Amino acid sequence: MRFMMLVKHGEIQAPPPKEFLDAMAKLGEEAEKSGTMVASGGLSPIAKSARVRLSRGQVNAVDGPFAESKEVVGGFAIFDLKSKEEAIEGAKRFMELHRKYWPGWEGETEVRQVLGPQAFDPRAKA
Amino acid sequence: MTATDINRTIDAVWRIESARIIAGLTRIVRDVGIAEELAQDALVAALEQWPQSGIPDNPGAWLMAAAKNRAIDLWRRNKRLELKHAELGRDLQAQQEMAVPDFEAALDDNIGDDLLRLVFISCHPVLTTEARVALTLRLLGGLTTDEIAHAFLATEPTIAQRIVRAKRTLADERVPFEVPQGAELVSRLSSVLEVIYLIFNEGYSATAGDDWMRPALCEDALRLGRILAELAPKEPEVHALVALMEIQASRAAARTGPSGEPVLLLDQNRAHWDQLLIRRGLVALERTEALGGARGPYALQAAIAACHARARAPQETDWPRIVGLYEELGRLMPSPIVDLNRAVAVAMASGPAAGLEIVDTLISEPSLKSYHLLPSVRGDFLFKLGRFDEARCEFERAASLTRNTRERDLLLDRAKACHHEAL
Repeated sequence: MRFMMLVKHGEIQAPPPKEFLDAMAKLGEEAEKSGTMVASGGLSPIAKSARVRLSRGQVNAVDGPFAESKEVVGGFAIFDLKSKEEAIEGAKRFMELHRKYWPGWEGETEVRQVLGPQAFDPRAKA
Repeated sequence: MTATDINRTIDAVWRIESARIIAGLTRIVRDVGIAEELAQDALVAALEQWPQSGIPDNPGAWLMAAAKNRAIDLWRRNKRLELKHAELGRDLQAQQEMAVPDFEAALDDNIGDDLLRLVFISCHPVLTTEARVALTLRLLGGLTTDEIAHAFLATEPTIAQRIVRAKRTLADERVPFEVPQGAELVSRLSSVLEVIYLIFNEGYSATAGDDWMRPALCEDALRLGRILAELAPKEPEVHALVALMEIQASRAAARTGPSGEPVLLLDQNRAHWDQLLIRRGLVALERTEALGGARGPYALQAAIAACHARARAPQETDWPRIVGLYEELGRLMPSPIVDLNRAVAVAMASGPAAGLEIVDTLISEPSLKSYHLLPSVRGDFLFKLGRFDEARCEFERAASLTRNTRERDLLLDRAKACHHEAL
């Protein structure tokens, strides 16, 4: 089973403490060594992003920053795991790391299963 | 949280932590069987306590600490016994002897080295191949005996027995808990790779049964391979095996049709190939090549798989390169199966007549006598050459040899098509 972890937090944040970055690097290394993390990445600030939206038949591109963004996706990781529980356990560790090394940080990790092509194949439903 | 939720969380924690715990304990107690029992005791304690106390903040550390305490208890008990036997009653010396070694340090240092030792001991040549597979899945994959039994279509007592016997053999033979060095490393590593690839193929080919556990074996093997690649990053064949498995696994979703029938490589919907796994596979292959290992047996097989993975459409496949790789693989480990695969590639590169020429040399091969793919491939070549009657006979023969019902239907359909063409 493949899971995507989306890390969300408030937009205005001080840069992370060094201890946090070190701990993150170590966790990333461990995730790599556990053979479960297949991809990961951090995302640029929302101010530098763009949104392309379809609404009322109109496609519009708008550059950031966006006034209404409370929480934004700051990074993601993709894992191949046995169960949702394993994914949740991994996400908990990730949040524990924030608690320990980044005082004041608040946010969440959203755990979403990535569906394979068969989930979208109309013939497979038969 | 319900009791079921807690149990599932404990399962997940166990899967993440068990190999590290067992590896660390084995270094201390020097017996993989005892180490596993201690780790199991810690798991049982968690199953008893967590439903009441709630799941600890750091469940992995909790399990490790519980296992450690049990190891220390055991160590003290044994020491006391030793002292008694030696009749060393003097207090001071006894107290010194009772000083517990630094378990903390022993468990936290070089956990990677311990894991690697655990890999080598689980795949040790004193064990039968079956025992190596079961022990590897149990100790490194964190699978339960029941899960292993499901995956290998065996009964739980059979697998339990196999694991008990394997642990006893390792103890009786006093197999050291170490990473082999020098010339021994090569052969021992190839035993490890063989076990991992066997697990992968058991899941990938699923020759019998349709249990959901079997495809999961591919994931277990891939995970083990990736772990090994991180533990032994300088071994090109390890990366090559990972590359091979990543690329083969990338096709999993495309390998079966909507009603479960097999879809051959060239007929697969390539949009359903997992590009993430392909990319990982190609990177692993690059690492193999960078380490100077491009000519190893797994590297050649991975390179062939990569040729297919790189082709966005079947007609873009670099068949001449695949032919060359099969030729090299055949020289490295001569096998009629490799020759048969080469024949298919030759037919794609230079036409069915050239392929048929190779296949005809394999007809008398005893090891292929009841191998359904030989008449199936030969039938395909004959069909393409317009020799429909001969092709029909071959497809019918192939259908009578396969044990997979869906494949049999496919072959009988092809036989029927020959009949229509011949009319």
